[in-house]
Amino acid sequence: MNTIWALTGVVIKELYRRKDFYVLFVLTALITVATGMVNFFHDPKIVRYVKDVCLLLIWISALLIAIVTAARQIPAERESRTIFPLLAKPVTRWQVILGKFFGCWLATGIALIVFYLFFAVVSGSREQHWPWLACLQALWLQWAMLAIVIALSLLGSIVSAAPSSTTTICFIVVAGILMLGGHLNTVAIHEAQPLQTILYTIYFLIPHLEWFDIRDRVIYDWGLVSGVDCVLATLYAAAYTALLLLLTWLGFRRQSLNT
Amino acid sequence: MKASPCLLLALLLTVCFTLATSLASRPLAGNDRARAHNLFSVLFGDGRRMFASQFFTMADVYFHSGYYPSIFDLREEGTKAIVSASHGEAETEEDEKHEDFLGKPKDWIDRFGRHFRITEHTHLEHSQEREILPWLRLAADTDPQMIQTYTVGAYFLCQHLNRPQDAEAFLREGLRNNPGSYEILFGLGRIYFQNYHDVNRARNVWQLALNNWFKQSPQDQKENKRNLDEIAANLANLEREAGNYADAIRWFQLAQKVSPAPDALQLQIDELKAKMVSTTNAPAAPPR
Repeated sequence: MNTIWALTGVVIKELYRRKDFYVLFVLTALITVATGMVNFFHDPKIVRYVKDVCLLLIWISALLIAIVTAARQIPAERESRTIFPLLAKPVTRWQVILGKFFGCWLATGIALIVFYLFFAVVSGSREQHWPWLACLQALWLQWAMLAIVIALSLLGSIVSAAPSSTTTICFIVVAGILMLGGHLNTVAIHEAQPLQTILYTIYFLIPHLEWFDIRDRVIYDWGLVSGVDCVLATLYAAAYTALLLLLTWLGFRRQSLNT
Repeated sequence: MKASPCLLLALLLTVCFTLATSLASRPLAGNDRARAHNLFSVLFGDGRRMFASQFFTMADVYFHSGYYPSIFDLREEGTKAIVSASHGEAETEEDEKHEDFLGKPKDWIDRFGRHFRITEHTHLEHSQEREILPWLRLAADTDPQMIQTYTVGAYFLCQHLNRPQDAEAFLREGLRNNPGSYEILFGLGRIYFQNYHDVNRARNVWQLALNNWFKQSPQDQKENKRNLDEIAANLANLEREAGNYADAIRWFQLAQKVSPAPDALQLQIDELKAKMVSTTNAPAAPPR
C-alpha cells in the first residue's frame, strides 16, 4: 500500500508543478467574472447564466486535467526510461497502475475542490445564499465520473503509444457518451436491424457518464439528488473504474517495455 | 504526410460550421438583414443567425428550468412557451405543462438516470422570469432582425417584471432595427395602453401597426392572421374604454374576419350595440 501511495504522491506533485491547472483555473475565473460583469437590462439579480457558464468551464477544465494527466503517465515513464528503475524497486505493474490512477484521481479531486470553491463564492455572492450542499454533491458525482474517465485514459495510454492520440480519442469518447449516451435507446427504437441491436449493445455496454452531470439541478436550484441514488451511482462508477483498471493491467502486464 | 487528429477535428468543425452557415442563409436571402452592423455580424457574418436561434431556444430552456426536450426526444417542433406566453395564450401554456416528452422509462438505465435529471415541467414565476433576459439580449445582439426576441423580451419585462420603461426601450431598439414591424408596434401600443394609460398614443401606434400589416403580401397576410386579430381586438377594447362604441364595433368586426372565436366577438359587438341604443334612448338630463 505504501508503494501505491508513494506513486500517488509523485503524480499529485506533478500536477501542481505543471501549469495546466493554473492556466485553466485562471481562464475559468476570468471568463466567469467577465460574464458576471455584463449588465443585462440593469438587473443585478440575474445569476443563472453565470452559474451555467462557470459550471460548463469547470466541466471542460476538469475533463482536460483528468484526461491529459492520465494519458501521459505511462508513456512519459517509458519515454524517459524511468519505468525500468521503478519496476526494479520492486514495484509490480499492478501497483504502478493503481498508483498512477489514484494519483491522477486525487490530483483531479484537489483541482475540483478549488474550482467548486470558486463557483460557490461566485454563486453565493450573487444569490445571497451559499449552495454548499449542492456544490458538494455536484463535486462528488463529477469526481466519481472522472474516476471512470481517468481509468479509460490509462487504458488508452496502454493501447496507444502517443499521449496526443490517447487524449484526442478519450475526449471524443467521453464527449460522445456525455452528449449521446443517454439517447442511444431512443435512437435505436427507430432503427432497423442489425443497427438496432448494435446501438442497444453500445447503450448497455458504455458507462453512462451523463448520470453524473447534475449541473442543471445546481443551476436551476432543483435541490439535491437522494443519498441512496448518490451511493448507487458511486458504486456504478467504482465498478466501471475497476473493470477498466483490470483491462489496463491485463494489457500492461503483457506489454514489452522496450520501445 | 501524417495529419494530427486535432487538426483533422478542427478541419471537420470548420467545414461543418461553413456548411451550416451557407444552408441557414439561403431561405432568408434578399431581405434587409444586412442592415445590422454590430460586433457579432462582423465576427460571424450570417452565421450569427444560428447562434441567435440557439440563444432564443436557451431562453425557453431557462423558462422551463431545464426541463426541455433534446433533438433525440423526437417531439414535434411547436411554438415555444415563451412565445405562447407573450401572446397571452394561457391555455396553450397550461396544456404544454401537461406534456411529458420523456414518457415512461424505457429501461433500467433510463429509469435510474431520471433521478439525476429534471423531470418536472414548470415555468418560471415570481419575477424569476428575469433569468431568460440574458439569452434574449444575446439573441437580439446576434440577430437584430429576429422580431420575436423583442416582443417576447418586452412582454416579460413589462408583464412579469413590471419594468415598462425597459420594455419600451427594448421595443424601440427593435423598431430601429426593423422599421415598420407591426409586431413591435403592437407591443409598443400595449405598453402605452396598459402601463402608461396613454390612449391617444396607443391608438396611433396600433393603427400604424394595422396599416403595416395590410402592406404585407397576401401570402404573408394569410400566415399572420393572428396578429391582425390581436391588433384589431385591442383597438376595439381601447375604443370601448374610450366610449367610442361605433369604432369599437368596427374593429371587432375586422377582428371577427380572422379570429378563431368569432362568436365570442359577436357577443361583444351585440353588447356594444345594445349600449349604443340605450345611450341614444336615454332621456336627456333636465335643465337646471
